[in-house]
Amino acid sequence: MIPALLGIILITFILSRVLPGDPAVMLAGEQAPPDVIEKIRQDMGLDKPLYSQFFDYLGMLARGDLGDAYHTGHSVASDFASRFPATVELTLFSILIAIIVAIPVGVIAATRKESVIDHISRVFSLIGACVPIFWLGLILIYIFYSKLGWAPPPMGRISGELNPPTDITGLYVLDSLLSADFVALKSSIIHLLLPAICLSTGTMAIVARMTRSSMLEVIGQDFIRTARAKGLRESIVICKHALINALIPTLTVLGLQFGYLLGGAVITETIFSWPGVGGYITDSILAADYAPIQAFTLVSAVLYCLINLAVDLIYGLVDPRIRYE
Amino acid sequence: MTVMSTASSPGQQKSAPKPARFLRLLLRNRLAAIGLGFIVLWTIAAIVAPWIAPYNPYVPDMAAKLQPPGGAHMLGTDNFGRDILSRVLYGARISIWTGLIAVSISFVIGVPLGGIAAYYRGRTETIIMRLLDVLLSFPSLVLSMAIAASIGAGLFSAMIAVGVVGIPEFGRLMYGQTISLREKEYVEASRSIGVKDRVILLRHILPNALAPLLVQATLGMGFAILTASSLSFLGLGVKPPTAEWGAMIAEGREYIISGEWWLVTFPGLSIATAILGFNLLGDGLRDVMDPRLRSGK
Repeated sequence: MIPALLGIILITFILSRVLPGDPAVMLAGEQAPPDVIEKIRQDMGLDKPLYSQFFDYLGMLARGDLGDAYHTGHSVASDFASRFPATVELTLFSILIAIIVAIPVGVIAATRKESVIDHISRVFSLIGACVPIFWLGLILIYIFYSKLGWAPPPMGRISGELNPPTDITGLYVLDSLLSADFVALKSSIIHLLLPAICLSTGTMAIVARMTRSSMLEVIGQDFIRTARAKGLRESIVICKHALINALIPTLTVLGLQFGYLLGGAVITETIFSWPGVGGYITDSILAADYAPIQAFTLVSAVLYCLINLAVDLIYGLVDPRIRYE
Repeated sequence: MTVMSTASSPGQQKSAPKPARFLRLLLRNRLAAIGLGFIVLWTIAAIVAPWIAPYNPYVPDMAAKLQPPGGAHMLGTDNFGRDILSRVLYGARISIWTGLIAVSISFVIGVPLGGIAAYYRGRTETIIMRLLDVLLSFPSLVLSMAIAASIGAGLFSAMIAVGVVGIPEFGRLMYGQTISLREKEYVEASRSIGVKDRVILLRHILPNALAPLLVQATLGMGFAILTASSLSFLGLGVKPPTAEWGAMIAEGREYIISGEWWLVTFPGLSIATAILGFNLLGDGLRDVMDPRLRSGK
């Protein structure tokens, strides 16, 4: 884990300092006079040797300093802190939707192979993996907001007429539940639903496909035949014996999908004007403000590694044999 | 299976040539045939776009702006009155070209890295494989965004960004292949008669590792088209007024709420069908190349 983290930091550093784009020129603009660019270069420490810049960068990270966002005038760390709960809420909901929908669909598709449900789930899996998230989001807005009027305007986390719930965790759904503010709860769920469905579609497709194929493999094994021969109810055979054993590949895919969700969050938040880190990154891209993009790359890679480490640890809970190996 | 038994029967006339047999097996897989159909369709559209596009995709016509599909403009017009069908056809050129260049970058860098790591082992292997592992630990879209942002937005940087993100996949695949191939007798025989390592890697190992790399390249094309269009949508890839599918969706985005659905629908369907084509063909190729997976359907 430590070498991987050092590697991630090194690559993020290389991206900002070694590739052709000059951060000082990007900040000052192409037309800026050379002395202004030189001044910025000195301020940013870009005139120092590369190794010295790298150690400065490590020192900054150790202090929790991710640089400054010029387009907001704040430090990137404080911008992240204020926007991160919105992204966490969106990502968690997306994973939740993917799990709730995709695992049962995968199980049903495997237990009723070649049935209508199986064919529908396979078509959905194929299409879900091909549809661009930014297009899907716009189509969902068109159908559910513009045409049917079922969804709220694609702006923000809660209706503009309501006050956000008391800040406890930063997650509006959870906070409104904890503070028993059911009007805010309803509004925040309604606002969350469309972006979360949009973000989860790709994950749903892949998880359903993986659950189906791993269930098919498990169902064909001897211990399932034994369980059936013992006279166990089919629901117990499938849920207690087959599903638990088929969950490992699904968990792996879910862990890997977290990376996709982080990238997808940038696009989804942009489309739905969701006030999270993703939308902030798009604003940074448009403002050619590199520090937030660099920080987001670093933070998301670290989170991605941690999530996959957590998934490795969960393997032991799902399959106790793994703990003894 | 008819083809296989015919080919192996003694006394039969000369069997069908290998590529033809391979194509027949591939086309027998219905999904792969559909995928190939989409790819052929988009490739032809990309090549003949200048001749079949009904309008110039870059010339605005404000008198005809935001016209719905039908009439003189089969797929409607955008906010500048440009014909969407013509722009979609021209967009195929950029998307397929971007995919090809990006996959070539991944292949040309990833395959030698993986091959060298597995062939030489030791410290070389450790350094290369740890580097690939670190690249893999970045979420792919986030890394491509960071690369494109640091080089500067544009078509070229989108190609580089998507290409770099694909390097570890090819590297790891080639590594796995070379690890097993380097122990084969014919490689040992070549080494013992003094054939240079470079020649062994290029002439003996690479051709035998090509099948899974080809599958990865096909699947990689779909990924490259999707990622490049995502970068364009975010403003990091192709810039307007260039006719590129992702950029077209970005331009038409604000019109979706007022009901002008055609500005985003057709470029989106184009991206989806192109990716679907490459994914289906990739899956089909994998099935055909691995007899254990061959369903014969």
